Amino acid sequence: MSQSISSQNIKSVLAPNPGISGQSNQQSSSLGDFIQETLALTQRLFIQLQRRPSTLVAGIIQPFMWLVLFGALFSKAPSGLFGTDLSYAKFLAPGVIVFTAFSGALNAGLPVMFDREFGFLNRLLVAPLSSRYSIVAASTVYIIALSFIQTAVIVLASAILGAGLPGLAGLSAIALIVFLIVLGVTALSLGLAFALPGHIELIAVIFVTNLPLLFASTALAPLSFMADWLQVIASLNPLTYAIEPIRYIYGHGDWAINSIVMDTPWFGFSFGAVILVLLAFDALILLAIQPLLRRRFA
Amino acid sequence: MSAAVLIENLQKSYGDVQAVKDISFTVQPGEIFGLLGPNGAGKTTTIRCLCTLAKPDAGKIEVGGISAVASPKAVRQRLGYVAQEVAIDKVLTGRELLKLQAALYHLPQKIIGDRIQQLIEVLGLEEYANKKTGTYSGGIRKRLDLAAGLLHQPEVLILDEPTVGLDIESRMVVWEFLQELRSAGTTVLITSHYLEEIDALADRLAIIDRGVVIAEGKPSELKDKLGGDRVTLRIREFTSDEEADKAKHILESLSFVEEVIINAVQGNSLNLIVKSGQSSLSKIEQSLAEVELPTFSLAQSRPSLDDVYLAATGQTIMDAQIASSSARDLKKEKKQQMK
Ligand SMILES: Nc1ncnc2c1ncn2[C@@H]1O[C@H](COP(=O)(O)OP(=O)(O)OP(=O)(O)O)[C@@H](O)[C@H]1O
Ligand SMILES: [Mg+2]
Repeated sequence: MSQSISSQNIKSVLAPNPGISGQSNQQSSSLGDFIQETLALTQRLFIQLQRRPSTLVAGIIQPFMWLVLFGALFSKAPSGLFGTDLSYAKFLAPGVIVFTAFSGALNAGLPVMFDREFGFLNRLLVAPLSSRYSIVAASTVYIIALSFIQTAVIVLASAILGAGLPGLAGLSAIALIVFLIVLGVTALSLGLAFALPGHIELIAVIFVTNLPLLFASTALAPLSFMADWLQVIASLNPLTYAIEPIRYIYGHGDWAINSIVMDTPWFGFSFGAVILVLLAFDALILLAIQPLLRRRFA
Repeated sequence: MSAAVLIENLQKSYGDVQAVKDISFTVQPGEIFGLLGPNGAGKTTTIRCLCTLAKPDAGKIEVGGISAVASPKAVRQRLGYVAQEVAIDKVLTGRELLKLQAALYHLPQKIIGDRIQQLIEVLGLEEYANKKTGTYSGGIRKRLDLAAGLLHQPEVLILDEPTVGLDIESRMVVWEFLQELRSAGTTVLITSHYLEEIDALADRLAIIDRGVVIAEGKPSELKDKLGGDRVTLRIREFTSDEEADKAKHILESLSFVEEVIINAVQGNSLNLIVKSGQSSLSKIEQSLAEVELPTFSLAQSRPSLDDVYLAATGQTIMDAQIASSSARDLKKEKKQQMK
């Protein structure tokens, strides 16, 4: 077919060669295989992002508008309303960080759903993947990376808008919290992407979860402003457990692992306790989606 | 040596549709094997079970002696699959898609670049490799998909209706390529509803119809088994009914003529089945001349695969094709397939 390659060469290119993937050392390399396939799938997502950056651009503009608009909405509120020496800018930044990460993670299942619908997933399913969880892992790595980019932009923008900049330990703690909330929500969304019949249903679920969870959290207003029943809901909402410790970090230079960072109608939570709650949330979701994934990945 | 592909009594239903009722066939190493059947015969369903995309309800599937149900991963490693509808990521370039594919099949990092370049050259994709696949024509896409399917040097390449929707030139490219592939030692399993395609390419074939195999063997064998040659006779360009009847009567009395059918649609031409290996044409012409009937045209041919299908099902593949395409609900199938 091609002139530049001799017919003998063509033969050797096309001949079967079962040993090409180094099957001799089958068992020992399965972790290597998992990493190889996960990296390749992650790379695909980043190439898509690079060539179609509109999701990322929108994902940065939107929280920026939250910051500016909500900041302006409450700019004449009596000082001290949102807690002692907490300006609304300081109050708002953690809410926007967590909510932005949450929305991004909630949408994580959509690309997978489209791969299912367009048949691209079949290309992955006929390949001898070392584990089909690499498909899930790649999406998770990608979404977490995106959330970190968004978080960094929000932190910087908030600093410019007067919220100040937490120290290095504070920033690391924020990254940990964002990681934990994104991990659980991404897993949930991916589980749904394999369980629901199509993208219409997935979008419907995203739609009815997104804003209600925002308003039933402490992202925009403190617990003490809320009706009693909403306080209960907000105290059960995982978003609140991510927002409150970050808010504490923004408000206190001298936070520690045992600082009480969050009040609920029942009792206070220390920083360490909040992290445990988020870990439990992740564990719960990862367990819950196992049967959904296994049904398809058996 | 175990068969390259062995399928035995395969069954698969979607809801209450029995897509595959009872399919068995064997593909020998190094051959091109054709699965021929009209739309809806169950070709894609069979292939999906073989490629481990669908779980069979019953039956045995083996690739090189390895069970696809018990060891799906080992089977996936041995198969290359070119799907009926090519799913590509439009945003990626051809080369990027091949890189992804190489990683999914765990090619060693150090050989990936060379291997991709070789396939790009062999398939004549140099000009397109660095362009986004969204800009490709159907023929180029097919070639990219062939490259992707062969990247890991599989023992068996499976192609589901690889030339549907391609122009004649692209179709010839695919045919030639598959022949090259065979001479390099790769086993090829190809489905099609084009008789000529299977006739031209396949060493052996199975004809399937409504979920069952109705014939399996070499194309020549199947045609020979049918027996006789086909003769097409025109007395005049447009023959009158009386003359056609008269000729039919005369020809039926000849010892080597087995059957005579008047084809009214084709201007009352006559289709004959005659015993093969005789000087039938001159005898036909002679006996017509004796009753003063002229001969406008006369041609003898071996039976085609369509005649094989016709003999088994009572209709031509084209007829079956038309009948089934009106009866399918493609949207519903797509939904089902995702489950
Ligand atoms: N996912 C599905 N859900 C429901 N019915 C299906 C599904 N897939 C196939 N069928 C039905 O099973 C039968 C066989 O379909 P299949 O796709 O295997 O045929 P095919 O031989 O590949 O046809 P084509 O030449 O059109 O590709 C058809 O009657 C079809 O309607
Ligand atoms: Mg088909």
